[in-house]
This record gives sequence, structure tokens and C-alpha cells, in this order.
Amino acid sequence: MSMHTKYKIQDLNLHYGTFHALKNINLELPEKEITAFIGPSGCGKSTLLKTLNRMNDLVEGCSIDGTVLLDGEDIFDRMDVNVLRRRVGMVFQKPNPFPMSIYDNIAFGPRTHGIRKKAKLDEIVEKSLRDAAIWDEVKDRLDKSALGMSGGQQQRLCIARALAIQPEVLLMDEPTSALDPISTMKVEDLVQELKREYTIVMVTHNMQQATRVSDKTAFFLLGEVVEFNETAELFSMPKDQRTENYITGRFG
Amino acid sequence: MSSRTMALPKQRIRTGRRSNPPEPTQGIQSLVLRVLVYGAAICTFAVLLFLIGYILIRGIPYLTPDLFSLEYTSENCSMLPSIITTVEMTLLSLVIAIPVSVFTAVYLVEYAKKGNKLVGLMRLTTETLSGIPSIVYGLFGMLFFVTQLHWKLSLLSGSLTLSIMVLPLIMRSTEEALLAVPDLYREASFGLGAGRLRTVFRIVLPSAMPGILAGIILAVGRIVGETAALIYTAGTATELPSGLFSSGRTLAVHMYCLSSEGLHTDQAYATAVVLLLIVLAMNTISALIARKLTKN
Ligand SMILES: Nc1ncnc2c1ncn2[C@@H]1O[C@H](COP(=O)(O)OP(=O)(O)OP(=O)(O)O)[C@@H](O)[C@H]1O
Ligand SMILES: [Mg+2]
Repeated sequence: MSMHTKYKIQDLNLHYGTFHALKNINLELPEKEITAFIGPSGCGKSTLLKTLNRMNDLVEGCSIDGTVLLDGEDIFDRMDVNVLRRRVGMVFQKPNPFPMSIYDNIAFGPRTHGIRKKAKLDEIVEKSLRDAAIWDEVKDRLDKSALGMSGGQQQRLCIARALAIQPEVLLMDEPTSALDPISTMKVEDLVQELKREYTIVMVTHNMQQATRVSDKTAFFLLGEVVEFNETAELFSMPKDQRTENYITGRFG
Repeated sequence: MSSRTMALPKQRIRTGRRSNPPEPTQGIQSLVLRVLVYGAAICTFAVLLFLIGYILIRGIPYLTPDLFSLEYTSENCSMLPSIITTVEMTLLSLVIAIPVSVFTAVYLVEYAKKGNKLVGLMRLTTETLSGIPSIVYGLFGMLFFVTQLHWKLSLLSGSLTLSIMVLPLIMRSTEEALLAVPDLYREASFGLGAGRLRTVFRIVLPSAMPGILAGIILAVGRIVGETAALIYTAGTATELPSGLFSSGRTLAVHMYCLSSEGLHTDQAYATAVVLLLIVLAMNTISALIARKLTKN
């Protein structure tokens, strides 16, 4: 197991206007592993996730200080935001395919980054859909609208779309919260598969999911990271009382 | 979809559906309401039918081949030159108005920061513009384009005046259409490393297309039906305009002239039939386009 650090987050503080949403975050996310963010609603999991590919730039009144290093490079300094987002793909809570064909959905990212050749695009589309384990379900209707798919299929399409730009990191914000159990299982299996090639950060409300899927887990509370450890360890012997309360359901 | 004539049958269908499950408990109230709703619908429909029927009956008998001869003379009252002028005027006005209004709307919705003072000012301006009667545009066009810039009564003066007139119309509907595009799409696009420009042109504008089109159709309707603003800016010359700087009359202006002269009332009705058909055809075509766009 490689222990290279993909993301190094140092003294990160984030404000939405005057609201202090992230407080002194220090985290190191290992490469090609799955890190889960857990914690009660509103504790800043999505906020931290969105900081990692600078989606927060779009939020007015959001100010950030501290550093976030991706492979040692500061993502807020001199790194072009579109290059960053090319290296760091994102899958959202609600499946959000574009209102266009399945093919064009997948090809949008590669086209954005300058790939125009039909043969090359065809290849990328097929590979991404295969990697997202949805190729067999859609290969006969690539030119049909993506909006005609089921929610679970749409979410896997969104994963495929994110993979099509060949990112190094995949950020997933509660990717299964809108899905039924079978689709959830498919996505979880998929995530396990993807770990071989990608560093994955996943927000989840579901603690079983965190234990099933992730290698490391960070527990958030009120904008702070209370505990960060190997998943097995964090769930079997939490060091902090608050973590224990949360994972045993005695949180209040 | 956008035009009033298209909206009518839809409403009727909706009220019809709602009355399917009988609700005995609400007896009289619902009966009164239903009578009112049906009454209103029937009234609107009847007035419309009567209007169209009246024009058709008065106009169709006088639709002679003479009316479509290439040259206008005071004998044949040909409307062909003015039909062509109408097309030219409409296209010219749209060519000017669409880019300006669509890009302004894109700026307001996609680029301007919230709470920007300029945005508020621009909204206020367009709102005010859309409330001004068209004769005022006509007077402005006359004073500015015709007199000040010495463009004379011309196609150019007329179409510029009209494009200012329909600017707020297209802008408002584009704005609404852009605002209705879910942020999820924008996020997805940004998340894939697309810049704002690409996001706007590849994702947001295509999704907003039906709404934008609806605005354009309304604009076309206003342009085709406009008289007051044109009489003072494009004039009433009966020949085909030979260039941007020559005068010409659109079909609506032509009709206005015929009926106000009082000598050719029958021909005016025949012209009205053609105008009606043009508007109807445009509505149908645009509804078809909009439906096709929304399907994809
Ligand atoms: N755009 C915003 N403007 C202002 N405050 C925000 C914004 N987004 C989030 N917040 C606030 O920041 C805090 C953290 O939000 P965040 O979405 O990161 O929580 P979360 O841990 O993802 O919660 P959940 O599990 O419900 O998704 C919340 O208190 C929220 O109200
Ligand atoms: Mg969240």
C-alpha cells in the first residue's frame, strides 16, 4: 500500500460571511485510498469537500485561509482552477446529468479539455461507461437523453462523466443518498473498484457505508475534525468521547 | 406556448381534467366556480372566434390575385411589397435586438454579482422601457434616428426603433429562462473543469432555449403588428425599399393606411386575413420548434 499523501490540508479556516464553517482543519489524505467524511448535518463535510476542488469559489461571501496542497502544490496559489478541477473530479449528491444524450454527457468533459477526434471520444466514452459499470445497460442507447434513465443509472452516468476527464481524485458528496439499496450497492462496489486508480473522498451519512467502503474516516463536528483515523480503528476504538457518542448513536 | 392564442386550448383542457372527480360536498360553491371558469373560457374563446370569423368573412371574398402583384398601384392595392418589407423589417430588428438582449440577460444572470447596483438599475430601466406605449418609441425614433442622424424615414430607422421596443421583451424572457436552469447543471459543468464561457454557451443557453425562443416569438408578434412606432420612423412608402435607407411600409402599416384612407376597406380586410394567417403560421412554427427543442 502506497502511503503517498495526495492532499495535505493545513490550518484551513473557512467563513461564509461571518459564519465560521471550518475551523483549523489539518488532514492528510492518502493516495489511492478511500477517505470517508462523517458527522452530523451542517458540520462542514460538504464544505470541506467543495474546498478540495474550489467549488466554493462560486459561493459569494466565502473566504478561505490556510493551505491545501495537492501533490505538494498549493491549490489556491498559481494553480488554474480549471486544471485543478480536471485533476479532481466531483460527483454530487443529486444525480445531475446534463439534458443531452448519454454520449454527449460523457464527452462534455473531454471536449472541454480539447479532445475533438470522434474515434478518441468514442473510446473514452466506452471506457468511462465500462469503468462506471453501466456500459451494458446503456450501450444501445448512447444517443438517447440521459434524463430518461433511472436515478441509480443517472448517478453512475455522473460517475462515468467524472471519470472521462481522467482525474486523479474523485470527490463524492453523499453519492448514494438519493438511491435505492440495489443502486447503492452497485455504486459502493464501483467505488471499491475505482480505488485502484483513484484517490477517493466520500461524504456519507451512513456509518455502515463508511465501514464497508472506506480505508480512513474523518469525524466532523461543528466545523472541526474531531478524529481522523483508520476506519476500522475509528469505529472499534474511538479515541474521542464525542466520536464514540456519535458512532454509537448516543449523540445529542 | 407563448402566444395567447396557443394558451387558450391548454387552459380548457386543464379545467376539464380537474372537474373529473365529482365532489358532492362542496356543491354550490364548486358549481358557481365551475360556471365562472367555463363562462370565462367560453367568453374568451367566443370573442376570439367571432373576431377571426368576422375578418375571414369580410376579407376572403376580396382576396384577389391582384392584391399580390409585384407593384403597388392605387388601383390594385397590392400587399406583396409590404409583405416583403415586413419580413425584412422583422429580420433586421431581430438581428439587432436578439444579440443585445440575450447577452445583457446572460450578463445579468450569469456574470453580475448579486446585489450589484448596476443590475438593479438595468432591471428598472428595462421594466420602464417595457411599459412605454409604442407611439413614444415612434416619436423618439423620429427625433433621433430620422432627424438627428439624418437617416430619413427608412428601414434602418424603423428597425432600430422596433429593436429598442422589443429589447426588454426578449431580455426579460431570456432572464427568466436562464434563472430557471437548475444550478445543478452549472455545478456539474464547473466541476468538470469547464470555464464560465463554456458553461454558459454549451449548457445554460441550450437548456434555456425554449424560453428564449418564446420571448423572440412575442417580439416577432409585436414587430409584425406594430404601426404607431413605424409610421414616424419607416414611413409609408408603397414600393419595396431599395436599401436600408429607403422608406417602406409593413403589412400592418399598409392595412392602417388602407383603412384610414377609407377608399379600400374591402382590401384592408383582405390584408387583415393575410396578416392573421402570417401570425398564425408563425405561432405554429415556433410552437413546433419549441416542442422539438424541449424534447431533446
Ligand atoms: N453557501 C453557503 N452560505 C452560507 N452558509 C453556508 C453555505 N453552505 C453551507 N453553509 C453553512 O455551513 C455549514 C456547513 O455546511 P455543509 O453543507 O458543509 O454541511 P454538511 O456537513 O455537508 O451537512 P449535510 O450533512 O447536511 O450535508 C452549515 O451550517 C451551513 O448552514
Ligand atoms: Mg453536505
